[in-house]
Amino acid sequence: MKKEMTMPRLGESVTEGTIVDWLVQVGDHVEEYDPICEVQTVKVVAEVPSSFTGTITKVLAATDDTIAVGAPLAEIAVEGAVEESAPAADTATSATSETSAEPATPDPAPVAAAQPAVDSTDAPRFSPAVASLLAKYRLHADDIPATGHQGRLTRQDVENFMAEEVSQPAPAAAHQAASPVPTPTPVQNTGFDGQLPGDIITPGSSVRKAIAAHMSQSKNEIPHGWMMVEQDVSNIVVLRQKEKANFQKREGFKLTYFPFFVKAVAQALAKHPRINSSWQNNMKITHKQVNISIAVAKGDELFVPVIKHADDLSIKGIAAEINRLASAVRNGTATADDMQGGTFTVNNTGSFGSVASMGIINYPQAAIIQIESIRKAIQPTPDGRGFTFADMVNLSLSVDHRLLDGVAAGGFLKDVKKNLAAYGPDSNLY
Amino acid sequence: MATIDYLQALNQALDEELAQDDTLTVFGEDVGAPKGGVFNVTQGLAEKYGDLRVFNTPLSEAEIAGLAIGLGVSGHHAVAEFQFADYILPATNQIISEAARMRYRSQGDWSAPVVFRAPYGGGVGGGFYHSQSTEKVFVGQPGLRVVTPSTVRDAKGLLKSAIRCADPVLFFEHKRLYHSIKTDIDPDEEILTPIDKAQVLRQGTDITVMSYGITLQYVLQAAEELAKSGIQTEVVDIRSLYPLDEATIVAAAKKTGKVLLVNEDNKEGGVLGEISAIISEQALFDLDAPIKRLAGPDSPAMPYAKNLEQAFLVQPDQVKQAMQELAEF
Repeated sequence: MKKEMTMPRLGESVTEGTIVDWLVQVGDHVEEYDPICEVQTVKVVAEVPSSFTGTITKVLAATDDTIAVGAPLAEIAVEGAVEESAPAADTATSATSETSAEPATPDPAPVAAAQPAVDSTDAPRFSPAVASLLAKYRLHADDIPATGHQGRLTRQDVENFMAEEVSQPAPAAAHQAASPVPTPTPVQNTGFDGQLPGDIITPGSSVRKAIAAHMSQSKNEIPHGWMMVEQDVSNIVVLRQKEKANFQKREGFKLTYFPFFVKAVAQALAKHPRINSSWQNNMKITHKQVNISIAVAKGDELFVPVIKHADDLSIKGIAAEINRLASAVRNGTATADDMQGGTFTVNNTGSFGSVASMGIINYPQAAIIQIESIRKAIQPTPDGRGFTFADMVNLSLSVDHRLLDGVAAGGFLKDVKKNLAAYGPDSNLY
Repeated sequence: MATIDYLQALNQALDEELAQDDTLTVFGEDVGAPKGGVFNVTQGLAEKYGDLRVFNTPLSEAEIAGLAIGLGVSGHHAVAEFQFADYILPATNQIISEAARMRYRSQGDWSAPVVFRAPYGGGVGGGFYHSQSTEKVFVGQPGLRVVTPSTVRDAKGLLKSAIRCADPVLFFEHKRLYHSIKTDIDPDEEILTPIDKAQVLRQGTDITVMSYGITLQYVLQAAEELAKSGIQTEVVDIRSLYPLDEATIVAAAKKTGKVLLVNEDNKEGGVLGEISAIISEQALFDLDAPIKRLAGPDSPAMPYAKNLEQAFLVQPDQVKQAMQELAEF
């Protein structure tokens, strides 16, 4: 019996994947869970495991094809009772073509044909009224509670949802602004249509498109509030200077400043759970886990892997996780699990030399902190009578102002500063 | 103010119009004195206006219709009664080919501004010669109006408007409404119901139900009951079966997006299919459910046996259930 392998869902909010490489060919025998191809999604490169044991009879997508989740990838002839007759019939046909010794057994093809390839009833079907309302207001059906027969989304469901959205003073919590799409005003007399001779036009990659959508969603929906503080981290500079050679020898990778900041932030988050939260569908969700998202650039693309339970980890533990995740992203071996579950983002903008920046919140988190460059600065001595060189850093915090106010942001930053100040030359990295 | 039923309202309409319009005559089988119609709609009128204006005819429906049309062409108003709507079929040629086409055929020189009355509908143990709905034979004939009142007030107001109308009007009366619905009406109030307008009898936001005749009463009753469980029904009395009041129908359909159409006639090829087509042409993107029709089975005619007659007729609990299901869709 022939079975169809379809594109699996390789992580939350992943809707498609691009075939990077086929690991099998037509005729290959595969065991269940054997990898059959490599797929690049917006989050990771992953191997697609076979769902069946059998022989590949058809490859239905080419390398570099982008395939929607649920669409067919390959056909596999599965070994089993029904399947036995299929190859038998094939050989019989070729054998009998000359000899006509025995009539071919009834064609088993109808059995295979009768198998529905994909259950099309899975896709939700909308009434014309619902479909046009969803389109008009750019709503996502998944956001709206459905009360109709067998979970059908009704026109009243959408209208009730809209009425609630309109009654909210704050911007909508749906995927998109829940107001009629404003008619775009044509830009008059600029004489520039966005393109100039010699321009190179490249379609956005799936990763770039995902970044674009994510950033827009955050900026459209979240009213960002900003705050920046500075901190003397001369103590950390001294500590790292003292430990880095041994650390590299022992661990096999470099000790950077970043884990010190991640740890200080994680500890402060454990103490300030309201910062470690998100605003979803008009509800405040306070996370118990402290999972720190960190930004890792790979060429032209940006990935945000997650350090799970960062508040439980030592400096070394965090450093090891950062090292592992950054390598995984760059090598394309990061798993979907590595990429999800973040509750707060620490962004190492200092690595580009930035001294102040306004981070865009990693939706739907409530805040993001930017660790800026550590720079030498002349600071007054504690007695105020002289000056000294100090290693100063700016910490820029962006908060979701629907959820958090200046008091919350200030209190949190105060604790981050305190945690940073607490490092000393004898602080334990383990 | 006096409480009158549907039949009395019809009688009052004829009485008032006979009084104010000297050209008006009223006739049909048993219409004159002393019987005043097999259902007594014309009772007392022959006595009051004389047997030159209210009189009996032979048992010949084509002749009854032809007489009315001839009176109309020669400048009179006339109300011709067919004793049962089943009996109207021998007069079909007169009504469609003569009355409905008269103005068109004569380039507007002549017209037949007359009314054909016909009691229709089953549930009276009359078998199929006395129970059928025949409106579908006549709807969709340009030049002919087909109306039916489903309230006491409209029985009076719509008949008066039909008599005054410049077009031929086929006027169906549901015989089970004759004595089953009553309303207080001021006898001095002149009621003239617009002849080409549907009427919203009840406002609602959840489902829209359109009907006429006895089934409209079931709809109103079910709407009342369902309101207690929070289902708000918009109820439309179609009233003008041809031409249909598209504006009212489409607005009511758009209001809730869920439409149920109910009548007593067979489901196929009737008024409901036409209403459904209008809604799907003009309100598709407001529809939230398939347009639903609840009507008689597609069997030839009304059976005589009581149990089979009831099986043929749309029942009140079927109406309520269909409304409930549509609300929950």
